[in-house]
Amino acid sequence: MDLKGRLLIASVLCGWLLAPASAAALDVTIGSIHWVPDQGPVLSNVTPEPEDAGLRGAELGIADNNATGKFLNQNYALESVMASDEEGSLAALDSMLENGIDLLVTRVPADTLQAMAKRAGDKALLFNAGASDDDLRISECQPNVLNTIPSYAMLTDALAQWLSMRRWKEVFLITGPTDQDKAWADAFRRASKRFGLDIIADKPWTFDSDLRRTASKELPAFTQASDYDAVVVADVRGDFGEYVPFNTWLPRPVVGTQGMGPEAWHRVVEAWGAAQLQNRFRELAGREMNSEDYAAWAAIRSIGTTVTGLSKAGHSNIREYLFTDDFQLAAFKGRKLTYRPWNGQLRQPIPLVHPQGLVATPPLEGFLHPDSELDTLGYDRPESDCRIN
Amino acid sequence: MKNAFKIATLAAAIGLSGQALASLAYVSNEKDNTLSVIDTATQEVVDTIDVGARPRGILLSKDHTKLYICASDDDTVQVLDLATRKIIDTLPSGEDPEQFALHPNNRHLYIANEDDAIVTVVDVETKDVLAQIDVGVEPEGMAVSPDGKWAVNTSETSSMLHWINTETFEIEKNTVVGQRPRHVEFTKDSKIAWASAEIGGTVHIFDVDTIEEIRQIEFQIKGVPQDRVQPVGIELTSDGKYAFVALGPSNHVAVVDAQTYEVLDYLLVGARVWQLDLDKDEKFLYTTNGVSSDVSVIDVEELKVIKSIKVGRFPWGVVIDPTS
Repeated sequence: MDLKGRLLIASVLCGWLLAPASAAALDVTIGSIHWVPDQGPVLSNVTPEPEDAGLRGAELGIADNNATGKFLNQNYALESVMASDEEGSLAALDSMLENGIDLLVTRVPADTLQAMAKRAGDKALLFNAGASDDDLRISECQPNVLNTIPSYAMLTDALAQWLSMRRWKEVFLITGPTDQDKAWADAFRRASKRFGLDIIADKPWTFDSDLRRTASKELPAFTQASDYDAVVVADVRGDFGEYVPFNTWLPRPVVGTQGMGPEAWHRVVEAWGAAQLQNRFRELAGREMNSEDYAAWAAIRSIGTTVTGLSKAGHSNIREYLFTDDFQLAAFKGRKLTYRPWNGQLRQPIPLVHPQGLVATPPLEGFLHPDSELDTLGYDRPESDCRIN
Repeated sequence: MKNAFKIATLAAAIGLSGQALASLAYVSNEKDNTLSVIDTATQEVVDTIDVGARPRGILLSKDHTKLYICASDDDTVQVLDLATRKIIDTLPSGEDPEQFALHPNNRHLYIANEDDAIVTVVDVETKDVLAQIDVGVEPEGMAVSPDGKWAVNTSETSSMLHWINTETFEIEKNTVVGQRPRHVEFTKDSKIAWASAEIGGTVHIFDVDTIEEIRQIEFQIKGVPQDRVQPVGIELTSDGKYAFVALGPSNHVAVVDAQTYEVLDYLLVGARVWQLDLDKDEKFLYTTNGVSSDVSVIDVEELKVIKSIKVGRFPWGVVIDPTS
């Protein structure tokens, strides 16, 4: 007998020996599909984004689920595909559905997510851990999609709450050229109205020179205005934004996608036991945990917490439970997290961070809401057309 | 040389124990790497002791001569000699020890290793590691029943209590509770166990004989959002009258009738209240308030907060030496 054959028999035997007498084992396989379109060359390329952002968070979620599951005879596995385009993402989805996988975590653009949600129909539940587009929360909601990544509205509301609390109400907005930059800036404009900010200048970024050499010449002139309290940058992919701080016309702080800004997760978050999550992630991935990792982790922990609570799997059981009062996710943000029933968005505090420290974690005290302070961030029920339940 | 050292510490111990000391409270300051020593007679800080990195859980040896300290970031348990206030030894603790509990035999120390998902059992006399027990993600709370039969560990991210048989060092039962269980406290007769769930916002009461949950307590404080009400530390009066539950960022301590499990009152203390301990006559309750870096003192008879004492940054644990 060859070695492979022996190994197979050994592992079969081993599995048989380990099988519990009750035989009520529950196996849950979760699919993970990633496709991140090429962002093109960016000027601030000093620290490139990790290519496996999201995937490693999903892996940690599986490890955490299994650490709990081993006491309850529940086993979790991850099947992941890194696709190279929308077609590849859909093909991966088809093959997973065929193999009976009915729970998926995705990090794909909004359009691709919509196509995948339609394809999955009532056969699977998708957790969006990559697309922050507000349309997915206000008009384009799908009943089989939950969002664990915060929307642009949640991120910018957090920032605007803080600017309002600091009384830095007059801001200079710079918006980059991509669709995502524009979506972020639109969300910020809405937030500025909600929290009483005044955008005294609203300028698109049009430069195509190499700012690495000329930022100190170009930016002071570009940010010239009579007065403002802060400069807000909308540069989602990280092209020019890093060159704005310290190069503004007036000596003012820079906030937004660069400088100090809102993140679903960041390595400087350490309170509420987060230090332990950060340590576990670092050990697993050999790098720091970011927002995409956190969103994928939260999705898989949502599934694990539900399966523990229900003692059964299946996407429709899980979906139902996620919207009950019994569901609560402990996710290292100091409060229990729950899903908004109208659009499937995971409610969550938003850390405001600079590269070396935490500044605040909205919702801030004093911004009130009749149901949950967390609903002061993002589109509240009356502001969204979605009713997925 | 070693003997000479022993004699020296012995002499020092005798020398100091001759003085009449007031009852002392020890507070671990997580972000200052120190212990604050509070004289409970004057309710003032009388000393600050340098200890290892990120001190969290602290407990007294059963003979009240030593204080064990989880120095989490040094991956060790330190042994503080209370007479000399010097660190005299360290114990192998496994990585990132956070909370621990000492068996009534005064030898077996059960340590929750938060980063490694294990509970380590160490013999404090021989320093042997007797067992390492796999538990859920982020083991946190640790308690040993006064009759010595059970060691219970809470795993925060798995939301479970793991019931460990102290003779076999094996888990006999796992019970799922509310999200992020933090602390377990047994009644003096070992019949009832109280367990807090921080994110769940609940306290779970277990019948120890059957290991079944018999009651769940919820808390509501007027004017405080429900998701800020986060139970952490629990302290029971020995007469079975009250349970005090620290409610974290709600900045309140709940007073619970320990017989009927009704919540009687909420007392406003410092910011993010974590752990608590009664003094030797059970007249005063001391609470650590992490964010406001102080200790609140509660008059147990009046159920009133009478004082706050400034300590180091992020006070985590508090224990009061009843014999000092």
